[in-house]
Amino acid sequence: MSTSTDKRNWGDLVQAMLPKIVVAPTFVATLIFIYGFILWNAYLSFTKSRLLPRYDWAGTQQYERLFANERWWVAAENLVIFGGLFIIFCLIIGIFLAILLDQRIRAEGALRTIYLYPMALSFIVTGTAWKWILNPGLGLERLMREWGFENFTFDWLVNSEMAIYTVVIAGVWQSSGFVMALFLAGLRGIDDSIIKAAQVDGASLPRIYRSIIIPSLRPVFFSAIIILSHIAIKSFDLVMALTGGGPGYASDLPATFMYSFAFTRGQLGIGAASAMMMLCAVAAIIVPYLYSELRSTRRG
Amino acid sequence: MVEQNQQQSLLGRAFVYSALVLGAVYFLIPLFVMLITSVKTLDDIRTGSLISWPDQITFEAWSAAWTSACIGVDCGGLKGYFWNSISMVVPAVAISTLIGAFNGYVLTKWRFRGSDIFFAMLLIGCFIPFQVVLLPMARTLGFLGLAGTIPGLILVHVIYGLAFTTLFFRNFYVSVPDELVKAARIDGAGFFTIFFRILLPISGPIIVVSVIWQFTQIWNDFLFGVVYSAGDKQPITVALNNLVNTSTGVKQYNVDMAAAIIAALPTLLVYFVAGKYFVRGLTAGSVKG
Repeated sequence: MSTSTDKRNWGDLVQAMLPKIVVAPTFVATLIFIYGFILWNAYLSFTKSRLLPRYDWAGTQQYERLFANERWWVAAENLVIFGGLFIIFCLIIGIFLAILLDQRIRAEGALRTIYLYPMALSFIVTGTAWKWILNPGLGLERLMREWGFENFTFDWLVNSEMAIYTVVIAGVWQSSGFVMALFLAGLRGIDDSIIKAAQVDGASLPRIYRSIIIPSLRPVFFSAIIILSHIAIKSFDLVMALTGGGPGYASDLPATFMYSFAFTRGQLGIGAASAMMMLCAVAAIIVPYLYSELRSTRRG
Repeated sequence: MVEQNQQQSLLGRAFVYSALVLGAVYFLIPLFVMLITSVKTLDDIRTGSLISWPDQITFEAWSAAWTSACIGVDCGGLKGYFWNSISMVVPAVAISTLIGAFNGYVLTKWRFRGSDIFFAMLLIGCFIPFQVVLLPMARTLGFLGLAGTIPGLILVHVIYGLAFTTLFFRNFYVSVPDELVKAARIDGAGFFTIFFRILLPISGPIIVVSVIWQFTQIWNDFLFGVVYSAGDKQPITVALNNLVNTSTGVKQYNVDMAAAIIAALPTLLVYFVAGKYFVRGLTAGSVKG
């Protein structure tokens, strides 16, 4: 008699605990592999680790070495150039295409599919394709010369001043279709009646876009910029495939800098410190975003 | 007056369509260049231009890319690496989607004290730059004896994919009425019965979204692949990059292009077959990453 109630209690207890048991592996994995690893990496950045990790505290030595490293500043400057241009051009092309696609277009589905397919590609594939197109001897340069521009030269890929701009070209090609999709969704979400009312009042189409539609897309701008800057900070594959960070280290970004110091040059400490800097950069963008998102969901 | 308006709008339409077509050309040209370069001979490439039509169409570069191109010192083409990617992607996608579905179920229908905080903690995992976990993970994989292996890569992809799959399923199950679950509970249905009988049968669309998202992410991954795999266990993206950046011998651009298309085919295929779900994942997932 008493064993059967015990059993039932036991069964009830398991039933009651089941949800927690089911999410427990993810919870533990998150604690260890995200938060634990961030702390571990942070600790590594305060040690003398070079080829192998060492765990004796060395203060901010690695950060001092990082900030004294010219290559790091090239990578940081490149991130500003790449990130800025990448975001601006993606936004311009994306918004432009979204507005055009929103004009009750025939074959809209097919066009959308074409605009967005680069998002399905690996950055390595994109990089490989553009590396060939921008090939200094046989690529665009040859094509333009054949078309009669005898003196056309295009050597950005091997020109240390310009190499970072080739990354912009390929990155914009890959991601602007995605921005288009974001804005198209935003445009479709706008209440038609406001626009109709403005039309009745005799407002011209550009005027309607300027003073009604674009302002009401502010949240879309906001999230597009967040996403794009996030992509820019994490950019790694594209540079590796397109320029390999070269010539020399002229087109390095923080992500390729971190990879090269941590995994090919045996400078774990500097690698860990540069990864922490990347984390800070992402946090500086994401934390205000999350904060405002959470606040608005709580309100709404 | 009316005529003038009509003319104006006709002009406007012409502008809209030509700009749209120009946009399509811009996105398609690299694919076109890749395709025609991959079916040219090397001589043809040297004498022609980027967009010149091939003198004769040959698939030699394709078969070279698949079976005999040199990747580092190994000259066996992409074939083996393609299967590496398949054997990495399939388990990683299946496991992360399954766990994500259960997590989403618990986080919406069996909420407990702290479950919201747990979800917020998990979400932050979508945003961190993976560089910050690369070094500790490398040590951990070495410690587990999984360094340089495909199971190691599967583990990494499952762990760092969970945030996304959980997010997908959570946001989907939130819109399923709680009353459905409550009624089933009153009828005595347990945790798993409710999941398999009520939630899972309606989860088709979100499973597709999650599978496509994870498939694309993991297939296209390069960072984890290049850091955690070695030799003949590398995924295809790493092999492609090695192939293209191998500097010995004559540069075979046609083989490079064929190899790039081969590496892109699976995700392109998924995109063209299930584009709608791809876009849904993109807009849901990328808002968080």
